[in-house]
Amino acid sequence: MDCLEIKELTVAIHGQRILDGLSLVVPKGEVHAIMGPNGSGKSTLAKVMAGHEDYEVISGQILMDGQDLLSMSVDERSRSGFFLAFQYPYEIPGVTNANFLREAVRARLGTGEDIDAVAFYKRLYGLMDELGIDRKFTGRSVNEGFSGGEKKRNEILQMAVLEPVYAVLDETDSGLDIDALRVVAEGVNRMRSPHRGFLLITHYQRLLNYIEPDYIHVLAGGKIVKTGGKELALELEETGYDWIKEDAALAPA
Amino acid sequence: MDAVLIDQSQGNFTYPEDYALDAGRGLGPKTVDYISEVKGEDSWIREFRHRALDIFESKPMPTHWASDDLNAIKFQDIRYYLSKGKGGPSRSWDDVPDDVKRTFERLGIPERERGFLAGVEAQFDSEAAYSNIKEEFDKLGVIFVNSSEGLSKHPEIFRKWFGKVIPTGDNKFSALNSAVFSGGSFIYVPPGVKVKHPLQAYFRINAEQFGQFERTLIIVDEGAEVMYMEGCTAPKFETATLHSAVVELVAMPHAKIQYITVQNWSSNVFNLVTKRGLAHEGAEIRWIDCNIGSRLTMKYPGVIMKGRKARGEVISIALANTGQHQDTGAKMIHAADETTSNIVSKSISIGEGRSTYRGQVHIPRHLKGCKNNTECDALLINSQSRTDTYPAITVRGNRHATQHEASVSQVSEDQIFYMRQRGLTEAAAMSLSVNGFVNDLVREFPMEYSVELKRLIDLEMEDSVG
Repeated sequence: MDCLEIKELTVAIHGQRILDGLSLVVPKGEVHAIMGPNGSGKSTLAKVMAGHEDYEVISGQILMDGQDLLSMSVDERSRSGFFLAFQYPYEIPGVTNANFLREAVRARLGTGEDIDAVAFYKRLYGLMDELGIDRKFTGRSVNEGFSGGEKKRNEILQMAVLEPVYAVLDETDSGLDIDALRVVAEGVNRMRSPHRGFLLITHYQRLLNYIEPDYIHVLAGGKIVKTGGKELALELEETGYDWIKEDAALAPA
Repeated sequence: MDAVLIDQSQGNFTYPEDYALDAGRGLGPKTVDYISEVKGEDSWIREFRHRALDIFESKPMPTHWASDDLNAIKFQDIRYYLSKGKGGPSRSWDDVPDDVKRTFERLGIPERERGFLAGVEAQFDSEAAYSNIKEEFDKLGVIFVNSSEGLSKHPEIFRKWFGKVIPTGDNKFSALNSAVFSGGSFIYVPPGVKVKHPLQAYFRINAEQFGQFERTLIIVDEGAEVMYMEGCTAPKFETATLHSAVVELVAMPHAKIQYITVQNWSSNVFNLVTKRGLAHEGAEIRWIDCNIGSRLTMKYPGVIMKGRKARGEVISIALANTGQHQDTGAKMIHAADETTSNIVSKSISIGEGRSTYRGQVHIPRHLKGCKNNTECDALLINSQSRTDTYPAITVRGNRHATQHEASVSQVSEDQIFYMRQRGLTEAAAMSLSVNGFVNDLVREFPMEYSVELKRLIDLEMEDSVG
């Protein structure tokens, strides 16, 4: 029950199958990583979990602590504790970071409740300081004119403010220099807890030097083809993905 | 804070019609005579009305540059005058007929009056049902009455300016208004008097297939100041309803007028309004115009800067949802040296809603030191919406400064998806984008109105996602 469970998930876009009977379990308290070659369906998995409408779920289930995620709307999933850090965070002109976060927090309150503005800002500034985000960013439009690294840090800030139960981080390491990577990783590590599960999606082993996963899964051909400990990442780094593709092709359908 | 309820759903109610005075359906010289008779008008004004009717009939529908939808107005099916016929407007809510009083109570008007307003006029169909100004402003000589009373009791001021800022033949609908006008406000502020609190007018259409044609004339004498706000609602009928007002403002030297509109007609109303102000030396006229409701709005508030250093400003927000066309803009006529005008227009088109900006800025060759700034920004929410911008800026001579900026931005499905992933509903995500887009303009509104505006936008977004 206390896990994010993907069961036999098959997904298509424009009639083309991207995920093909994928199964995966991320229990609370653990950090899992999905690695795989480009085009293997990693980002599709992230977007389907969040509820993006472009993708057609042909069969399978996603259960979050037993709740049927696929029957919930995009925003219900979020309010129930699911978070996706986007690979390419969108810019929202005219909407300030502070307003955006405040509305997101407010969306989680019951009717008649409201935010304690003083406490909210105190907490927000504390988290921004930890992530090395200038406090002036509260007044800037969400992601507008942000550098790649700033956008990624902003995703981690949003995650920290919203305190999800399960978080999926889609290629959060891409486009980050080593200092930014360290800051982002520290942000994630601070949030590790027995009450929270993480799924990191990454192409490179690099991120996993900073956020140490409990398990690594290799995604190829729309399903998990191999699962192992953190040493699997090093193996992949040395040998590349070609052997995986060959294995996947040879595997019985 | 007190709820100010003028959203369309809140306005969507009606009480049984019982009118003592009814001009019947259709438009002709008899309609004009009926209205003039009922009001006991002098012959000059009756003649003025008849001339206007002729001009109305001689002018073509402006469908060639505006919308074909105008052809849906069936002038012969409309009722041009409806009134309870109990004499002039009451000074006390206790004397207002019960159903009319309940209407305005549901719209929160008496409550607001007790709160922050200097005076209120409440029009129900053709006539004002209630009109009152707080004693402190009455004592200073501020006149705030309906147009019929202005005409009969203050002819020396009224006649001098009536129809002078907007001539009858300005356009087909100003002619129509001039023929059958009834209601609206007449305001006079004596020299040097600064009315600190806003004066509010509220226009309510109650009857189906009815036309409301209020006529407002505001004269602010030297160095005086006033802020006027108008709101409006109507029930949502199946048939088309017509609202066609004429509003004339006169700012004497160094006077200041701020005119704020929150237009929230139901989506069956054709809102075809002519608004213009005349600014003398050093005077300032500001139109703050917010169009959220109606089926088709055509409205281009203008300022004629007649005296040196006069200033004109139009700040406008238009929101067009599916089934709506907001055709709005501004006219700035520079007619003296060192005059300054500023136009900031923001439109939002949602679903199949359509918004159009039309601007006219005119600075002739013989003047010097004139300035105009025009900014038009459009926000599109989803791909079917349409937005057009027609800025006509005519500047002759080389001693002026003008600046024009336009932008179109889009709230994409991906942006909405991103916001929803953080827990915002689709409606909340759209509201946040729209409020972000208009935020700098909303700040120009008095607090009570900006809160209301934000709430109206939220409601519109909820409706648009069904």
